[in-house]
Amino acid sequence: MYRKPGTPDPIVVSHLNHWYGSGETRIQVIFDATLSIAPGSLTILKGPSGSGKTTLLTLIGCLRDVMDGSLRLLGTELNGASEPAQVALRRRIGFIFQAHNLHASLTAQQNVRMGLEVHGTHGNRDRYDDAAAHALRMVGLDHRLHYLPGNLSGGQKQRVAVARALVGNPEIVMADEPTAALDQESGRVVVEILKALGRERGTTTLMVTHDDRIMGLADRVLTMEDGRIVSDTAPR
Amino acid sequence: MTALLARLLGRMPVGWLQLTHNYGRLASAVAGVAFANVLVFVQLGIMGSMNTATRDTYKMLNADIILSAKDANTISEGSNVPRQWMFRAMSDPGVADATPLYMGSVQWKQNGNDTKLQLLAMDPVKTGFFSPQVRHKIVSLTLPDVAMIDLKTRQIDQQVLAGIRPHSPLTTEIMGHTISFADTFTGGVGFSADGYVLTSDQTFLRLFPQRQSGAPNHILLKLAPGHDAAAVIDRLRADLPSDLRIRTIAQAADDDVVFSTTKRPTGIIFGFGVLMGVLVGIVIVYQVLSTDVADHLKEYATFKAMGYAPGFFLGIIFEEAMILALLGFVPGSLVSWGVHSLLRTATGLPINMDGTVVFLVFLGTLAACAVSGAVATRRLNAADPADLF
Repeated sequence: MYRKPGTPDPIVVSHLNHWYGSGETRIQVIFDATLSIAPGSLTILKGPSGSGKTTLLTLIGCLRDVMDGSLRLLGTELNGASEPAQVALRRRIGFIFQAHNLHASLTAQQNVRMGLEVHGTHGNRDRYDDAAAHALRMVGLDHRLHYLPGNLSGGQKQRVAVARALVGNPEIVMADEPTAALDQESGRVVVEILKALGRERGTTTLMVTHDDRIMGLADRVLTMEDGRIVSDTAPR
Repeated sequence: MTALLARLLGRMPVGWLQLTHNYGRLASAVAGVAFANVLVFVQLGIMGSMNTATRDTYKMLNADIILSAKDANTISEGSNVPRQWMFRAMSDPGVADATPLYMGSVQWKQNGNDTKLQLLAMDPVKTGFFSPQVRHKIVSLTLPDVAMIDLKTRQIDQQVLAGIRPHSPLTTEIMGHTISFADTFTGGVGFSADGYVLTSDQTFLRLFPQRQSGAPNHILLKLAPGHDAAAVIDRLRADLPSDLRIRTIAQAADDDVVFSTTKRPTGIIFGFGVLMGVLVGIVIVYQVLSTDVADHLKEYATFKAMGYAPGFFLGIIFEEAMILALLGFVPGSLVSWGVHSLLRTATGLPINMDGTVVFLVFLGTLAACAVSGAVATRRLNAADPADLF
């Protein structure tokens, strides 16, 4: 893996703890997590259900407030970060959700366009439509530009979600079980697209999955159990 | 439409696309807003008809200043005014002419109907104090026991009223007196009576033997050319006893409307009806918009996770609110117009939708939609995106 000397790690987590609920029902879901992820790498976070991997991913992805410990994302400390600072960071991340989360009222192209409009639309109206179409071409959906999500298959929807996450050239891509709802073939296609585009652009990718077929593609595999990171291996 | 909105908003018209994605849901949301509009319009129409009816009485008189007793809260109530003050007022150089106005109500029983008539009586020689629409017919009132009746009098056969002419009068008996209705005019009474009757002061005094010509209900004054009403009123107030109310006709009408709407049970009830209509309307609009936000919470959470700021969601909700307000207002005002016509026919009350009210209700609808939308997005703004999926 190529690494430019002196580039800081985009994700640095140290002694991170997290709880759900409050009072008597409060339970700890992340215990003293510490990790650092190198730029340009593909890291997979795996582990059984309820091991806290999605929680950790959403904490790193700025989708949940940090309670305790330190989490530096792209050089910014998230513990105590203001709402505008979090909004600004979210724009630098491409997040792919388990259930694709496309907007049912928008066409494939419009959904992808939303990934660009978040950066503002001033003077870019026409360029954005072209960029969205181009992103859909890269995931092999240029013939489905004007389809609503309801008229797309599961794999096609997830590919639209991938195009939406990548269209804004994010510095980090995070994916929460992107293949969970897909059959083997569609899942493989989605991850290969993700891997290829990630490598092409040098983006850092963090993916939660228990799909063993994908492990071989990763630079690094972190395993979580009961809220703790229990192993850290490099398959290659 | 999508392209136009995109250009207008400078972003994807997500609100429009959401609303038009499901026509069934859009129809029910629009129906909700329309219903809220009808509610407010009908309540305002009923309240407005009372105010219009109050003002219409004053429009039947043609004078500049009215002298009334201190306790004359409405035109048909209060003590009498000694006529001597009329002569005193006429000594002012700003007063060109004056006449006493006598008012009273009678029960007219005929053909099994019991109709309450509001009598307005003035000296028929002073035609200038009558409204222009009746002025040329006043001459018939100079004969004793002759009167003019309101064409809009309730419970009376319209054909009978329409057939009344000076050469074919309707002769009837009122309170033991024979009265001939020799002509008609268009009045339209509100809540206090069923119709107006115009008579001469002499006929009035025959019908009401206990009343005296020296004690009319009000005294009407006309200004001499070139004189200012405010200055004349100031002089009269200084000259006449303090237990007189000396006002312009317009001011008297305004005071009457204020008294009727704030002090009278009917006015307070109608005002309360308007308030209830507005509140129920706001609740309906809020329900429509908060349901819409709840329905799209997952999609908004995704946008939030992508880095959209709170202002973006407010923008979408405002967009939806404006579209719903516009789409709901059209059927809402059309249905209200129909309901008003029905009520007008059924009651004979002047229930109308004037332009100002329509405009204000439209602004109110926009405001209610916008505020409801803003309140409905609070939950979204407070939550972490990850908690909303």
